[in-house]
Amino acid sequence: MSEPIAVNGDMAIAMAWKQINPDVVAAYPITPQTIIVEAYSDFVADGTVDTEYVCAESEHSALSICVGSSAAGARVATATASAGLAFMWEMLYVTSSMRTPIVMAVANRTLSGPINIHCDHSDAMGARDSGWLQIFGENVQEAYDNTLMAFRIAEHMKVRLPIMTCLDGFIITHALERFELLEDEKVKAFVGPYQPVRPLLDVKTPTTYGPIAMPEYYYEIKYQIVTAMMNAMDVARQVMAEFAELTGRKYDLVEGYRTEDAEYLMVAMGSTAGTVRFVVDQLRAQGKKVGAVKVRLFRPFPADDMAKFLKGKKAVAVLDRAMSPGTGAALYMDVLESASRMKDAPRISNYVYGLGGRDIMPGQLSTVFEEIMAGKGERVNYLGVRL
Amino acid sequence: MNLKQLSHTEERLVEGHRLCAGCAEPIIARQVLMATDKPVVVANATGCFEVSTTIYPFSSWNIPWIHTAFENAPATMSGVEAAYNSLKRQGKLDQEIKFIAFGGDGATYDIGFQSLSGAIERGHDFLYVCFNNEAYMNTGIQRSGATQKGASTTTCPAGSCVPGKREFPKDLTRIIIAHDLPYAAQASPHNWKDLIEKSKKGIDTPGPAFINVISPCPRGWRHDGSQTIAMSKLAVETCVWPLYEYENGVWRLTGESLRIAEGSREKKPVSDWLSSQGRFKHLMKGKFTSVADEIQVNVDKKWESLLKLCKN
Repeated sequence: MSEPIAVNGDMAIAMAWKQINPDVVAAYPITPQTIIVEAYSDFVADGTVDTEYVCAESEHSALSICVGSSAAGARVATATASAGLAFMWEMLYVTSSMRTPIVMAVANRTLSGPINIHCDHSDAMGARDSGWLQIFGENVQEAYDNTLMAFRIAEHMKVRLPIMTCLDGFIITHALERFELLEDEKVKAFVGPYQPVRPLLDVKTPTTYGPIAMPEYYYEIKYQIVTAMMNAMDVARQVMAEFAELTGRKYDLVEGYRTEDAEYLMVAMGSTAGTVRFVVDQLRAQGKKVGAVKVRLFRPFPADDMAKFLKGKKAVAVLDRAMSPGTGAALYMDVLESASRMKDAPRISNYVYGLGGRDIMPGQLSTVFEEIMAGKGERVNYLGVRL
Repeated sequence: MNLKQLSHTEERLVEGHRLCAGCAEPIIARQVLMATDKPVVVANATGCFEVSTTIYPFSSWNIPWIHTAFENAPATMSGVEAAYNSLKRQGKLDQEIKFIAFGGDGATYDIGFQSLSGAIERGHDFLYVCFNNEAYMNTGIQRSGATQKGASTTTCPAGSCVPGKREFPKDLTRIIIAHDLPYAAQASPHNWKDLIEKSKKGIDTPGPAFINVISPCPRGWRHDGSQTIAMSKLAVETCVWPLYEYENGVWRLTGESLRIAEGSREKKPVSDWLSSQGRFKHLMKGKFTSVADEIQVNVDKKWESLLKLCKN
């Protein structure tokens, strides 16, 4: 039996890594990720893992080290946040093009400036086009579960792409919650041994990694990432089904709550999804036909799954914990895209919220529901900003 | 080691690459790769050498090779070496493999300096070789931290007011030695024996090793492509580029530089070096000739300082 324990989200990820025992971890400390690599360093110091732990001198080097290790034939994990992810930006694209299935925890934190260490999704949204899979968790349990599933999805032979396991900075990374830790043997059996593809360390079959591609080849190489991304959708479903059999915890790419007879929906990612369900219950008690949709897999974006939830609804509010000054935010754009072939599509509005760690309160979300039920609101709204 | 033996070593960088005629880089790389019989994995920084040897779907590399970006060949190599250590420790790999990283002076002195310093400080077991052609040649001859004072480049051109680059290059070899790593050296392709011996030491010494190699570039230096080896020799004979090594805390002159120090060989004037290259043409007559004198003074000062270090 798996035993319930209480740890924070960062520690849960470190514990997942410990059970998986990657060959190499390379990282650079940054709040609110640091607990992960500190805890993992303890495991290395006590010899409870086989991992070669490399203390990089920057995030750019941390990810470069990970790419080198993964190309060499190792299973690799790392973690970062905010400015660290931004500093890795150049290497994010290289990682996906190298088809190195690195698993990276991203403790979602806003970007400077002004400098601010608290939660929003600006960091991950900036990386959305880099060819990495992105999976978001709502609480400590999901941060742990997503990590176990992430290795399976990323390393699948039809995918072979890197993946970010995203968890809200402080709200999940530092909050102590009860969660169920799977037994080591079950994790090992679920994740399985790593299978390298054309490893650099196979000196008998020399491989050239990272050549220059001219216009006649570049596009096709990038298109292979598109194909792998689309494959990842079915692979993720399959992995989630297996995980449900193992644990009883059922996950999906996009998850609905009280949506079936709902006329109005609110879409969210990360910890806010729980707050949305709380508000849905409150409004349902008042007889309002509202529902919640949580996006777990953000890249690839499950547009068909999303479209099924949108069909027949009157209005939808998409909550984005990030902004794109001058247009709608990232999740909103993807939800709109999901409805782009739909007849009588719902009226979809964007609500940017919670930037730089600003709390989001149930009362605010009730107001958003009231607004879309009244057919009011702009296309893009900035919830709670003082004007 | 003799030429006959070397001629029988397996080529690891093969024909078909697209480097310029007269480029020193493939000459240097082949000499370095001849220095060991053991399997080698190469990491390469972005630059002439990288783009010209791996134009997809072709590759001139007969051995495993990786390029990920401009500023991070040492980090990439750190990762490969970390994977090797991990897999070996776990019994998943038993072969002995050597690791060599190549980068130009832009990748080494400037944009990748942090990555190199970090990898050396962490103690990864690899040899880093800098092809120092004293400018960003791949992008078209722009100034780098390795560019000689007085050299005309496309971003520090000699004009009517400015005599080319105004600053002396940073002394990267000494900066790397300040990390107190097991092995570091300066070398030149004209003295193949010296370069191969240094490469062998760098490869066989456990821990990080660094070799800075002068790498004449006919396009950027404005000399005939047939004069590449002569230019590298002149750099040493004028003491612009002394040959020396730092091995476990001991400084030692080698090759022609040792003979100049011992007095058995003439120390040529820097003007021989400057006058042989178009990039210094404007220093030869007119208002900027004093810059040539300043370069001579600086070369003498650095040479005297090196002599002291090598005597101790």
